[in-house]
Amino acid sequence: MSKYAGDALSIKNGRVIDPKNHIDRIADIFVQDGRIVAVDSPPPGFVPGGDIDARNWVICPGLVDLSARLGALEPELSAAVGGGITATVCLPDTQPPLDEPGLVERLVRRSAALGLARVVPVGALTQQLAGERLAEMYSLSKAGCVAFSQVQYPIFDTQVLFRAMQYAATFGFAVHLQAQDPCLSRDGVAHDGEFASRRGLPGIPVCAETVAIATALLLAEATGVKLHFGRLSSAAGVALIRKARRAGLNVSCDVAIHHLHLSEDDIGYFDSHARFVPPLRSVGDRNALREAVADGTAALCSDHTPLDEDAKLLPFPDASPGASALELFLPLALKWAEESGLPLETALARVTCDPARILGIDAGNLTVGSAADICVFNPVEVWRVCPETLRSDGKNTPFLGAELTGRVKATLVGGRVVFGGDLVCPPY
Amino acid sequence: MDNPPLSNPQISADGALTHLLSTEGLPREILLNILDTASSFLEVSDRDIKKVPLLRGKSVFNLFFENSTRTRTTFEIAAKRLSADVINLDVARSSTSKGETLLDTIDNLVSMHADMFVIRHISSGAPHLIAEHLNRIDRSDIHVINAGDGRHAHPTQGLLDMFTIRHYKKDFSGLKVAIVGDILHSRVARSDIHALNTLGVAEIRVIGPQTLLPAAMKTMGVQVANDLREGVGGCDVIIMLRLQNERMNGALLPSAREYFRCYGLKPEILALARPDAIVMHPGPMNRGTEIDSEVADGSQAVILKQVTFGIAVRMAVMSLLAGN
Repeated sequence: MSKYAGDALSIKNGRVIDPKNHIDRIADIFVQDGRIVAVDSPPPGFVPGGDIDARNWVICPGLVDLSARLGALEPELSAAVGGGITATVCLPDTQPPLDEPGLVERLVRRSAALGLARVVPVGALTQQLAGERLAEMYSLSKAGCVAFSQVQYPIFDTQVLFRAMQYAATFGFAVHLQAQDPCLSRDGVAHDGEFASRRGLPGIPVCAETVAIATALLLAEATGVKLHFGRLSSAAGVALIRKARRAGLNVSCDVAIHHLHLSEDDIGYFDSHARFVPPLRSVGDRNALREAVADGTAALCSDHTPLDEDAKLLPFPDASPGASALELFLPLALKWAEESGLPLETALARVTCDPARILGIDAGNLTVGSAADICVFNPVEVWRVCPETLRSDGKNTPFLGAELTGRVKATLVGGRVVFGGDLVCPPY
Repeated sequence: MDNPPLSNPQISADGALTHLLSTEGLPREILLNILDTASSFLEVSDRDIKKVPLLRGKSVFNLFFENSTRTRTTFEIAAKRLSADVINLDVARSSTSKGETLLDTIDNLVSMHADMFVIRHISSGAPHLIAEHLNRIDRSDIHVINAGDGRHAHPTQGLLDMFTIRHYKKDFSGLKVAIVGDILHSRVARSDIHALNTLGVAEIRVIGPQTLLPAAMKTMGVQVANDLREGVGGCDVIIMLRLQNERMNGALLPSAREYFRCYGLKPEILALARPDAIVMHPGPMNRGTEIDSEVADGSQAVILKQVTFGIAVRMAVMSLLAGN
């Protein structure tokens, strides 16, 4: 924890990129009492307790992650701020699931006490995530939940899903779904395409996603619920969302960062690090996901899933899906923007203000007066992904050994330097 | 991710075979070398003393995480005819049920000085995992033979099928080969297809209902047919697959009876193939489900010869891996 808590701080000479306010220029930022108090020149009477020289670096809003599993809170929230993430969803598929207000309150209390990244709880849509009885959504929202989700757990009874949406709509709560039909994806471990056919892996067809999306869209239309689809995997899925949005439906979506870069081919000789839910699909699907993120149809999420080594040292079909991603989120977003010829502002929008808007939280911007949740990164620093460079307990990533560009130098949450404290210099 | 071309984990840096995991990516010269070596072993089985000392002092561990008496027995016979010590571990019922992980089991057997692992596993890719583990711990002197993994591969079956085809047809070029039945779940079909493509047959046809064909079959260099008559017409080789009842969920086919009606190889269907066509089957056969008894016992069936050749092929694989 930083000794500069509560102090005034200035971050100087950086390239300030604030996508929400369309700012991209060299400037100073002034922080006091946990808030951003000025950009460019200090407010009257400002006495900095320290400053960070951000010359040649980017100053942007702290990243907001729409999907993460936090396992043991401390290492994962420490990893989050190490990756420039200042607010992260905690998915409800914890042990036990987040279906009780008391559990959510405890999570909020424990994470606040750590003073690292802010945790944004997404509650269970149904009790025990069993897909049968509705969770106490109102009480859960009072405890801190901003939305409700089943994560990867199915609701077999479509009437329960319909009722859950109706109930959520009653209070204006958003429902986050991971669209994968449980029957069409049964036993599947990889995209039902060329690669799975060749390697003899049980397949998950694209229609497992599209059928689930189409069902949920029709129910959302009928109930008026605010609907978000997490972690899309297919071109056809994206097309359905675009069509629904054109028709005026209140629906949003995100894409997990790995799905922007990898495809079924990256499974290679059964590399269990390339096992994901939903599965990595074809190159064509990946390209469609890239377009959806480029044009703003979809936001990005890390889909961080820390696993111990044993969970991946298994034959591909038996290995646990998911990858550690909090610390790769920003560099992988930058890599995508670079490869796509998009400006930094676009990449940063997808990981800051866009997810904040979907979650309905005041975060992901550098507006004067808002909480000083700030990320400072070196956009050209190259680093190698290896177990030693990851703060997360999860060292499971298909990018192990890869060199990525873009490294977080300092992270502020509520004005406190929670990462990179050694960069703070005393005032002259 | 833009990867460099993957190195095939069964081939060493200098191009030698270190493990036999799949017929996919197996170079033509290695494949032919196995078949030639198998030819030389064929007569060993006809001798009074059916043994050669090529693997004397070596320990071959049969690790069958999925039960299969037949395949395990043929590997055991092959290893014993090479004078190896054979240890059969019924791992399906022992260590894994005690919570030991797959790689822990392997590490233990490595400590017992295993020279070769023959592995069958229900999950596609398990032998790759083990081979890569051995490579990683710098024990690639221990060789892995895949005896069938999930739906992925059964390379010794694929090789013995190639041996059988070469025995009867001499030359692969110009051949039309039909593979009939449950392609979706079949590791044999995948192994045959890769080997046949490497050996350069004229045409491979896979035949079955859409529920039993993988999604993207055409990309594997085969023609797809749903009609059996059309599929076997003019073929030189017909490979029938076992309808794996244990893998059927009940929604893939209405009944075995209807399957036989549509896809069972009956004399009048066989008559549509070339008159000298051979009929193969990896066994065990379901008479009256995928094959009519008249065909199974007929003059064109070479199914029992496949079993005999299978031992010679497995001897060849073990012998070559051991460096002979």
